[in-house]
Amino acid sequence: MGSITLQQVRKTFGEVEVIPGVDLEISDGEFVVFVGPSGCGKSTLLRLIAGLEDVTSGRIVIDGQDVTQAAPAKRKLAMVFQSYALYPHMSVRKNIAFPLKMAGMAADEQERRVQHAAGILNLTDYLDRRPGQLSGGQRQRVAIGRAIVREPSAFLFDEPLSNLDAALRVNMRVEISELHKKLATTMIYVTHDQVEAMTMADKIVVLRAGRVEQVGSPLELYRQPANRFVAGFIGSPNMNFIEGEAAAAMGAHAIGVRPEHFTMSTTGGQFAGTVGVAEHLGSDTFLHIELDGGTPIVARAAGEFPVDHGDRIWLTPQDGRVYRFDQQGLAL
Amino acid sequence: MARKTSDTRRWGFTILAWGVAFLIFFPILWTILTSFKSEADAIASPPKFLFFDWTTQNYAEVQSRSPYFRHFMNSVIISVGSTLLGLLIAIPAAWSMAFQPAKRTKDLLMWMLSTKMMPAAGVLIPMYLLFRGWGLLDTRAGITVVLMLINLPIITWMLYTYFREIPSEILEAARMDGASLRNEILHVLTPMAVPGIASTLLLNVILAWNEAFWTLNLTTSKAAPLTTFIASYSSPEGLFYAKLSAASTMAIAPILILGWFSQKQLVRGLTFGAVK
Repeated sequence: MGSITLQQVRKTFGEVEVIPGVDLEISDGEFVVFVGPSGCGKSTLLRLIAGLEDVTSGRIVIDGQDVTQAAPAKRKLAMVFQSYALYPHMSVRKNIAFPLKMAGMAADEQERRVQHAAGILNLTDYLDRRPGQLSGGQRQRVAIGRAIVREPSAFLFDEPLSNLDAALRVNMRVEISELHKKLATTMIYVTHDQVEAMTMADKIVVLRAGRVEQVGSPLELYRQPANRFVAGFIGSPNMNFIEGEAAAAMGAHAIGVRPEHFTMSTTGGQFAGTVGVAEHLGSDTFLHIELDGGTPIVARAAGEFPVDHGDRIWLTPQDGRVYRFDQQGLAL
Repeated sequence: MARKTSDTRRWGFTILAWGVAFLIFFPILWTILTSFKSEADAIASPPKFLFFDWTTQNYAEVQSRSPYFRHFMNSVIISVGSTLLGLLIAIPAAWSMAFQPAKRTKDLLMWMLSTKMMPAAGVLIPMYLLFRGWGLLDTRAGITVVLMLINLPIITWMLYTYFREIPSEILEAARMDGASLRNEILHVLTPMAVPGIASTLLLNVILAWNEAFWTLNLTTSKAAPLTTFIASYSSPEGLFYAKLSAASTMAIAPILILGWFSQKQLVRGLTFGAVK
């Protein structure tokens, strides 16, 4: 079991209000991703759930129990840190067994669980090494192993992949997703990388300045962003925003169109512009375009699209793919 | 040409370095040499450097006149005891200042250090009277506590700086893993800080071993360490340079050897492989 409920959770550091009051419902077995730009309070929120920070006010309920004042270890949660936070003076075996030792578990049961976790994470051959003798990816797996053995009711991940190189990151992303399928345990995962959020999450929580901007499945956020911030944050490259006459004509302060939702033509269309940089990737073509009004636009064409710097181009948004926003940035 | 000048420079600096090193070492060398002279040779003018009648008689005489071994044991007990006692207090203190800093932690650290700037003679009389009142004069327990107190600021400062280099995420991980505060300090912090704690320990043993003000004033015989033992040979009457030197050599030898052997162990990485 691992349902987590936050009720009006608030956090201030001295005078500074970091989390103004968050309500959130996480059901058992869900993979929830907290995403947002750096400094948005997502790590703080995770640390509040973990118990590493005290809440200023509000309640945290795990499996029906109020744990707001409980010590971290009493919350039955396991955390994987960005820096791995392994114990450098202990072997991999001892690192993984540490929480079991602290719980006073019998030595043979400890060993059985360590072996089981090492088997899942392909660490069996490394159990006698020290963390210093492992690669970044292996260290991260040890950190995950240390979390698994406790059989926690939920896993907390604090930007676990940001210290890894790009290729390894993709692999570990898949591994963590598979681990979630295998264990079916609640996972809360903090990242600033919206690609990680989109690919891993059952549910994404978009945060800005400590406020929850929107909660929903990846495709819900992609299709129905609640406001301009979420619309701009989810999706890669970012959504294009056009203000002025074109927006007013549609009864909005601004309209948004994703790069992949333009139909491009070299002969005619709704918006005319000039190609600045053309990135030909083979599978896709990304065009950086300046509209005649001066608005910069990024557009994506599937496959090859033979234009180059300085060429004239016309863009037409696809039907039903135009998002309208009011003055405050709320979706209309 | 350029190569030649740099060679000359290097030679110059090498000789200079050796010269400075020799200057620093000379008093110790002279003490050791004097300890092997007769009292007459020890005060001969011009001084005799190497060509004199070498004798070990001073050592024999010092041994027979005062119980070197007892003073040696007192020194060991007082210096090691005060350091261990200090660590026992300073480890939790440094932990709280490094990992749970409050608004005034920095001020507190400065204030602690400032007590070291106070002249010890200023509190000698009250300390002496307190010791007399409590019956602590010339007791090992009393002098151990005093040396612990005067070195406590340094121990705490050193440990604080070592602890500060340990990433707090590792301690948080231990907390998540269910470690109590005691286990966190015992199983995670202390083993990681071993090189730091070791060098703190060594430095403070040396400081306590060499401490002369309080040991001379608060001990006389039963609890007297080697400093008092040396001082007993600097008599205003009579010429005891050779015996004084023999006593000094015997007093500094143990700590010199300890320092020589442990210097390599002290230089080691602190958080190897913990955090990328």
